[in-house]
This record gives sequence, C-alpha cells and structure tokens, in this order.
Amino acid sequence: MSILAFTVLELAPGDAFGEARLDRQLSPAALASMRSRAGLDRPFLARYAQWVGSMARGDLGRSIAYGAPIGPLIARRALNSLLLVSASLAATWAVVLPLGVWMAARDRSTDGRLLAAGATALVAVPDLLIAIALLVAAAASGVLPAGGLRGADLADAGALALLRDRVRHLLLPVAALTLIAAPPLARHVRASMLDALRAPYLLAAAARGIPYRRLLWRSALRAAANPLVSLFGLSFAALFSASMIVEVVMSWPGLGPMLLDAVRARDDQLILAGVMLSTVLLLVGNGFADILLRAVDPRIAA
Amino acid sequence: MTSAARIGLGVATLYAAVLGAAFLSPYDPAAQHRDHPLAPPTRVHFVDRGGRLHLRPFVYADGDAGAKAYPIRLFARGVEEDGSIGSRRLFTVDPPAALFLAGTDELGRDQFSRLLYGGRVSLAAGLFAGALALAIGLLLGCVAGFFGRWMDAGVMAASDVFMALPWLYLLLAVRAALPLDVGAGRALASVVLVIGIAGWARPARLVRSVVLSARSRDYVTAAAASGASRTRMMRAHVLPEAFSVALTQASILVPQYTLAEITLSFFGLGVGEPTPSWGTMINAMLRQELSASHWWLAAPAAALVLVSLLYRAAADALQQRTQPLPAGAWQ
Repeated sequence: MSILAFTVLELAPGDAFGEARLDRQLSPAALASMRSRAGLDRPFLARYAQWVGSMARGDLGRSIAYGAPIGPLIARRALNSLLLVSASLAATWAVVLPLGVWMAARDRSTDGRLLAAGATALVAVPDLLIAIALLVAAAASGVLPAGGLRGADLADAGALALLRDRVRHLLLPVAALTLIAAPPLARHVRASMLDALRAPYLLAAAARGIPYRRLLWRSALRAAANPLVSLFGLSFAALFSASMIVEVVMSWPGLGPMLLDAVRARDDQLILAGVMLSTVLLLVGNGFADILLRAVDPRIAA
Repeated sequence: MTSAARIGLGVATLYAAVLGAAFLSPYDPAAQHRDHPLAPPTRVHFVDRGGRLHLRPFVYADGDAGAKAYPIRLFARGVEEDGSIGSRRLFTVDPPAALFLAGTDELGRDQFSRLLYGGRVSLAAGLFAGALALAIGLLLGCVAGFFGRWMDAGVMAASDVFMALPWLYLLLAVRAALPLDVGAGRALASVVLVIGIAGWARPARLVRSVVLSARSRDYVTAAAASGASRTRMMRAHVLPEAFSVALTQASILVPQYTLAEITLSFFGLGVGEPTPSWGTMINAMLRQELSASHWWLAAPAAALVLVSLLYRAAADALQQRTQPLPAGAWQ
C-alpha cells in the first residue's frame, strides 16, 4: 500500500515548490537549496527507504506547506475526525435500530410502508446535498452555529461552557452524517428483521404466549444481529468516507479538509500520512467489528 | 409504455438535453449579464397588463415594472453581448429583455444555460469513468478468474487495497497524482482517469466471481475437452456471461461516478471555471451564504436529485431483468 502511494506521488508532475518557481525574486540556486533541504532532490528509492525508516520510528516527517512536523499536526486533526465519526456512529445506530425494527414490525401497515419508502427516497439524495441543506437551514434559522469547531469568544469560558459549545458545534455535522448513513442502514435492519421474523420458531414462541414485544426485541433482534454486526463495520467505513464531505462543507477541522489542502498544495508527505492514517483507522474499525461479531454470535467461534 | 421503457426514455432525454446544450440554452454559459447579478427566474407571461391574451408567451424587460412586452422567439438567432448575431437557439428574447429560466448566479450568468452545459461535463465524466472502471474491471476480473493462481492472488490483493480505503480519500489520493491547473479538456480527462482508477476494484471482483462460476459449467469443460483454445473459451463462453453482469453494474457505477465528478469539482479539483460543472455550481450555493434567500441557486441541487432518482430507477429496472446481484454491491 505504502509503496503504491509513494510511487504514484513520485510519478506526479510538479512538487511543493512548483509555485515558487514562478516567483521572479527567487533565484534558481535558492530554489535548489530549498528543495535539497526538503530532500526532494534525492533519488526515489533513497527517499522511500528513508520514509519507511522514519515511519517505523514513529516519525511521520515534516509537512512542507505547513512547515511543521506532521505527527502532532495530523494527530489533532485525526482526533477531531474520530470525535465526529464516533459520535455519528452512536447517533446513527441509536436511530437505525429502533427505526428498522419498527419498520419491520409494521411492515403490513401504512405507516411502516411509508417510512420505508421515505428511507428509500433519502438514499437517493447525494451526501453533499444533505450536508449543504442542513448548513443552509442552520445558517438561515440561526439556532445552531453554521460550521466550525468552537465559538469565537470562549478564551476565558469555564469548562462547562466549553463543553456546551463543543456539543453545539458537533450537533450539525453529526445530524448530517446520521441523515446520510441512516437510511440505507435502516433498510438493511428492516430486511434482516423481516428475515428473522419469518422463522418458524418465532411462531411457536408466539403460540406459547410470549408477548409480541418481547419476541420482537429479544428473540428476533438477536437472530437478526449477525448481519447487522458486519454492517456495523461497514457503516464505520461509510461514515468515515462521508465525514470528509461533511467536514469540508461545515469547516470541521478534521482529516478531510487537511487532506484537501494537502492535495491543493502538493504536500506529498502530508498526503501520504493522511492516506495511511485513514487506512489504519479503517482497518482498526473493521477489526473491531470482527471482534464484536464473535462476541454476539457464538456460532462464529474461530 | 412499460416502466422500463419510460425510464429509458427519461435517461435518453437527459443525455440528449445536455448534448444539445448549445441549441437548447438561450445564452452562452460564460456570458456575464452585468446588469442582472443574482436575478430571480424571469417570469413568462401570457396575459399582459391590459388583460389581453397573447398567443406567444412574452417577458417584460425590467422585472415586471417594464411596459413593453418582448415576445419569446423560437428557433431564432440570439443576440450576443457585443450585439452580433449568434447561432440559432431553441428560444431567445431580444435585449434589453432577458430570459433566465433558472435565474442567474452572482456574476449574472444564466443558470439554465449553465445547468445544461455543466450537466454535459458531469454526466460525461460519470459515463466515461464508468466505462473506464468497467473496462479495467472486466479485463482484470477475467484474467484473475480465468488464469487463477498467482494472477488471481495478485489482482485480488490489489483490489483489497483499493476497497479498504475510504472511497473519497482514495479519490483524493489518486487526484494528487495528476496536475492541478490545466485546461478544461485535460481536466475532464484527468477526472475521468482518477475515478476510473479508483473504482475498478468492485467490478473486477464481481466479474471474477462470474468468470469462476462460468468456468466450472459443464459446457465450458466440454469445450475444453474438445480442444477449444483458452482465448476461444474466454470469448465464446465466459465473456458473454460477464458482460451482462457488467451492464447491470454500469447502471450502479455511472450515477456514482457522476456524483464523484461533482464532488471533485465541488472541492475545486475538477474542471475549473469558467467551464461550468454541477459541482462548481453547487459550491456556489455554499459560498453565497445567501442560498436561503436566493432559492434559485439550488437549481443544480434539484437537478442532481432528479438525475439520481432517475438512475436509481434505471438500476432497479435493469437488476430485475437480469439475475439479482450479490448483496451489498455498494458500501
């Protein structure tokens, strides 16, 4: 993976000093010295070897555009992204589970059908538009801050006020991500529950007089859990990808806007680090889902 | 008319509309009407202030304040900004009156014309990128499924890498490898390249599974036993089956990649101004801080929703005609 990314960036025309070359006041000699200080004039393999070595030592290198070490820079951004994604993950599943179960339970009545049709229609609305629509609505109503991470006048506010401010800023992007991720997931939950509800043993249980509510939330939900847990891992990936759009639209200082700036500035080191980090985060998320799957479904004992 | 035919007609109309943008749009997409920045959609009248009914629809010059009625001329040559006679257009009005069916943006450019021209960029990018990803996927999937062993392992490992990455991050990473400031044509080509390269993995896996199952069919074994060459088996028996799957996959990929182009342009990494794309137009909604009070700026968003719904219906119809796809074909 890292070789691939490195090679691709190497093949790309231009580098971080491409714009500086247009500056008349910089002599070619000064430019060459700037490039050699950044190590851009050394051969490809030597740079790759050095990069892998420093990665192994936990050193992510320096960002040329920011003129700062990448490690702390990217760590702060990644934390912001993780905060957003995990909050959205919790919100999404808190919405999706009851909604999906309800849609499945009321499948033969109008309200369940209507809700399912609404979810289908929402799936077709592009992520970008959902984010923008929420932002415009927030800006127009003024109820919630339209983007950003924190308020402007909070230099000497107490811890509680800071927390409140953070939560208020978090609400809008989390709402956007939930609206993006929930409709397809709710449809999956519904389908999975409908499958589980068809099982003959549930009919037998119902015949023995076990209340429907208990059947629905205990027996059927547990039977339906297996595909849902694998969905949990996938939903992490989907949210992580969608968070990039939401972060950019709502100016949330996460990995997304940083990577976008890095691409615009041709800051190769930063792009590399960002892509690698997002891969690692995703793998961790998938691994977590695997562990969860084993915990929930004893049939998958490996 | 069956619903499949209706959907097909809808898609065809859509592509015909953006292909015929030069004829259907009343103005040049880059022409700036300096007197009409952020103008709301022009009202088209049939009844004038005197209560008289006109057979020809007409507009007033200054909003509704003007007195003189300017009829809409069909199949006429429009008048360009510099006063010269332009090419023939479906409908136009004489200056000083103006006809902005979807209002204008902050530079006074006609949004309706920009929608048509921008749709050309966005839809073409989706179509070509889909074709590219499918071509790569078809090739690699066939190779992996047919030859097996280390080729299979290699292709599948690569597709694992591409599918493990979050789609948008992958898109940005590949975009980083291509030049930033180029002309509209090359920018479009590079966007297509980016999306095609980032998106080959899913179709490749699908094709591979189809090839694997086709290869184990009895008639293919019989063909091998009667001495058919590998190429012949591939061409005559395996490819046709993979092809129908690829077609269904296309109806899923093309809208997805259209959206990818729009997202890239939205980020400022696609085709740049003055060439319109739906992505840059949607970005203007954000920049404007006004979109709540200038509702017509949302026209590209509405168009995008319509197109996604249309594609979705098309994908559903196609899927019902062929065999159902494996679950979870998307995300």
